[in-house]
Amino acid sequence: MSTLLSVRELTMRFGGLTAIDQLSLEVPASKITGIIGPNGAGKTTLFNCLTGFYKPTTGTLRLNHPDRGEIRLESLPSHRVARDAQVVRTFQNIRLFPKMTVLENLIVAQHNVLQRASKFSIAGIFALPGYRKAEGEAMARAGTWLHRLNLEQFADHAAGDLPYGIQRRIEIARALCVNPVLLCLDEPAAGLNPRESAELNELLLYLSGELGIAILLIEHDMSVVMNVSDHICVINYGRKIAEGSPEKVQNDPHVIKAYLGEDDEDEASGGIAA
Amino acid sequence: MAYALQQLINGLTLGSMYGLIAIGYTMVYGIIGMINFAHGDIFMVSAFIAVTAFTLLAAADVSSIPLALTFVLIVSIFFTSAYGWAVERIAYRPLRGSTRLAPLISAIGMSIFLQNTVQLTQGARVKPIPPVIEGGFEVWSTPDFTVQVGWSQLLIIVITVIMMFAFTWLITQTPFGRQQRSCEQDRTMASLLGINVDRTISFTFMLGASLAAVAGVMVTVYYGVIDFYIGFLAGIKAFTAAVLGGIGSLPGAMLGGLLIGLIESFWSAYLWAEYKDVATFAILCLVLMLRPSGLLGRPEVEKV
Amino acid sequence: MSTVVFARHQVTATERFRDAGWVAFVALILGIPLIGLTTVDGGGALEVETRFGVLAIFVVVSFVGRLGLRWLIDTMGARKLERLRDDSNKSAGISPVKVVNILGWIALGASIALPIMYSDNRYVVDTATTVLIYVMLGWGLNVVVGLAGLLDLGYVAFYAVGAYSYALLSTQYGWGFWEALPVSGGLAATFGILLGYPILRLRGDYLAIVTLGFGEIIRIILVNWTEFSNGPNGISSIPRPSLFGLDFTRSPAEGEQTFASFFGIEYSPMHRLIFLYYLILVLALLTHAFVSRLRKLPIGRAWEALREDEIACQAMGMNTTNIKLSAFAIGAMLGGFAGMFFAARQGFISPESFTFTESAIILAIVVLGGMGSQMGVVLAATLLVLIPEFGRNFSEYRMLLFGAAMVLIMVWKPSGLLSHREPTLRLSRGGAAINDAVKEAAQ
Repeated sequence: MSTLLSVRELTMRFGGLTAIDQLSLEVPASKITGIIGPNGAGKTTLFNCLTGFYKPTTGTLRLNHPDRGEIRLESLPSHRVARDAQVVRTFQNIRLFPKMTVLENLIVAQHNVLQRASKFSIAGIFALPGYRKAEGEAMARAGTWLHRLNLEQFADHAAGDLPYGIQRRIEIARALCVNPVLLCLDEPAAGLNPRESAELNELLLYLSGELGIAILLIEHDMSVVMNVSDHICVINYGRKIAEGSPEKVQNDPHVIKAYLGEDDEDEASGGIAA
Repeated sequence: MAYALQQLINGLTLGSMYGLIAIGYTMVYGIIGMINFAHGDIFMVSAFIAVTAFTLLAAADVSSIPLALTFVLIVSIFFTSAYGWAVERIAYRPLRGSTRLAPLISAIGMSIFLQNTVQLTQGARVKPIPPVIEGGFEVWSTPDFTVQVGWSQLLIIVITVIMMFAFTWLITQTPFGRQQRSCEQDRTMASLLGINVDRTISFTFMLGASLAAVAGVMVTVYYGVIDFYIGFLAGIKAFTAAVLGGIGSLPGAMLGGLLIGLIESFWSAYLWAEYKDVATFAILCLVLMLRPSGLLGRPEVEKV
Repeated sequence: MSTVVFARHQVTATERFRDAGWVAFVALILGIPLIGLTTVDGGGALEVETRFGVLAIFVVVSFVGRLGLRWLIDTMGARKLERLRDDSNKSAGISPVKVVNILGWIALGASIALPIMYSDNRYVVDTATTVLIYVMLGWGLNVVVGLAGLLDLGYVAFYAVGAYSYALLSTQYGWGFWEALPVSGGLAATFGILLGYPILRLRGDYLAIVTLGFGEIIRIILVNWTEFSNGPNGISSIPRPSLFGLDFTRSPAEGEQTFASFFGIEYSPMHRLIFLYYLILVLALLTHAFVSRLRKLPIGRAWEALREDEIACQAMGMNTTNIKLSAFAIGAMLGGFAGMFFAARQGFISPESFTFTESAIILAIVVLGGMGSQMGVVLAATLLVLIPEFGRNFSEYRMLLFGAAMVLIMVWKPSGLLSHREPTLRLSRGGAAINDAVKEAAQ
């Protein structure tokens, strides 16, 4: 099992508050790694550090890019994390381009490829063959993901007008259009109904199993995390408190304590497994 | 040294007036998140009201200065806050909840409208009034320069300090202040809790206008001449002050006002007077580059 | 279809009168200090003059006006409801896109035909030229504000840069209009980047004040740096553009031909006006084609995405710095072209023409037009130039009308006159590539 991303002693402080404390973590390639923990445990902060929105106080984030060798994520600004390291994320509170159509959202995600092909927009303005080809390819990729995520019928609708569950799917489709090697999903199942989250499970397994995209998954919905994750990391108060296979984590006393406090251990294990 | 002290005094006087106007910008911004572009013109209207009131008093042979000042302040605050109320009601309230730019354009339209209304009804010529408060006292005298504090300067600074205290009390200690602050934080929630948001916003505009009215009276007393165009520049400067101090922060607005007053008077005294506005804006740019939320503003961290 | 019940409160006559009475009362309070009283110069000192008659008229007009307005709003509202009820059963009529497209072609046809129909009416051609300058400025600013969502209150600075660079290049160094065109545009774009760079991190209203400050700085420098710009006196006798070397003068210069002599027609000062009109029409149409094309390219979509969500842009790997700077640069360049044309048309420029009001008008055109809508800009520019023109007979009311119109249009249509956004591409028009991809994926 090769390691795609290794987080070493990551610490993130905001003034006096330590959101992440000496966290170390290995993310294997082509696998799904679940990150769970109570609210405020520092999960989203971890994503923000990974994707360049926060600069970690200390620690290293090494990405073993399959084509580009080792990349130190902590030294990159957020847009280069997505562009050069191909680490792409979604957001807990969905961030689409609401007035643009679903298709446009997916094309914007391919901005860098298209922009390069448009040669400072000159090739684009005159619609030269090179640009037209790149545009066709971008449309094709967008079309593929629209189809795979069952979004075709919404392609020409403004993204912001669509229901919540669909917006979640659009955000994932948009992230996939960036061609990620590591996809960071921040609570993708939040607000989905049971059928939708079953579909999400299937999608995640397809992405990691068939396409070999490594996935880092923050999720509170245990039916998703426990069913799809190959490996789970539990954090609380910014520290890793447990790690391992879903079964192992479910029965870990530290995890039960973090979620439900000291007492009622029987009930606790039941609650997490549900 | 003495010369610098004199500039300090002049700068503080000017800055106090900017600060008073800036508070109006900052309060409105705090509560509905828009730049009230017409605020500078509200200030200008108040100066015209003050001129009319002073002239009326002169015609009625009122010679007691404290009496005259109190009367003018009350009259000016009353009518100016009516203007503040009306501007909000006509140009901003219908646009609440629309895009951020819509009220801005309507505010700019309001500003042009007010300026031209005053020009039409009161005339385009400058209005001079005889000095209301004359004289002053010497603070410090060196062989080549005498530092003077005019009574009017002293009055402006004292009134500004009083207004600041009264205002802080109003915002922090009274039920209105609580309502105002709650509307600032979350308007929807405030209305769910039974606060009359419309009335609170109207009252905020009236308060802002009242402070502008005080500044308008002070300007009339201090300079003795006004015209329909003073609102624009004063408004821009005061808005710059509000942004410099961190828009939404009341002490920030005052601090920003004082800073701009000082920058202007020192720059004019030692460098080139004609470029004093360039200096003001350049310093604003510098401060914002280093602190994008102004000096005392809460940093606007967007949660991702 | 579920039934929607439209319940309405019937307004009684008493309520209407009470409402109008309240408005009249407010009008009275507002009117006393500004209308009822005024100060006039009475031989050295000011004297108060009363105008209670005018005040009374004002209050009565407010009362009647409010009654009428209320009635109008209510009946219009009721009609709209009727239509809504009907529409829920019928399918929608012609799509707004089609209407706008048709309007666009009509406008184009009219603008080409206008100087032919009014070839002897100086006033009409002049006013139409002014409208086109504002249309062009609106299209330029639309890139920055409408597409990229960056609030710019100092756009007039680039207009000034364009105008002054042509004025100086032509009067000092003898450059012609066409040679100076790229240089002026380039200079304006440079200024755009110069302004854009320090304010990259600023948001919304902070951006507004800094851009406003920038506009003022440029103006103050133009006023005070007399050696460079000739200060408040401005620069005069700026050469007019020629048509492929043909001047629009009465008598030809040494060894040259004029437009009239070349075509063997009688000289008329209208020729130049019409030429200038067509010149700005061509410049504006080029701008339109350029901006419309950019909107459909990666850069244009990136601008719109930036307006929608900057954080999401970064998460998609987009360099928001470059995207912002490109918007500023291109917007500024277009403003520079417009400024250059302005200088060439007037033959005289001074800092007077580049005040904040000008920036405000251009911004108003973009916002009133419906942010990002190209046709909306045309509509708004036409309205905003023509409204004060209608007030020409009582010229002191011009700007008053202008301000009032800005407020009223905004209140009436808060999202602008044409707020429909047309997608830059559609799935159905994706062509073969997308269908193949879908088929492939389905296998």
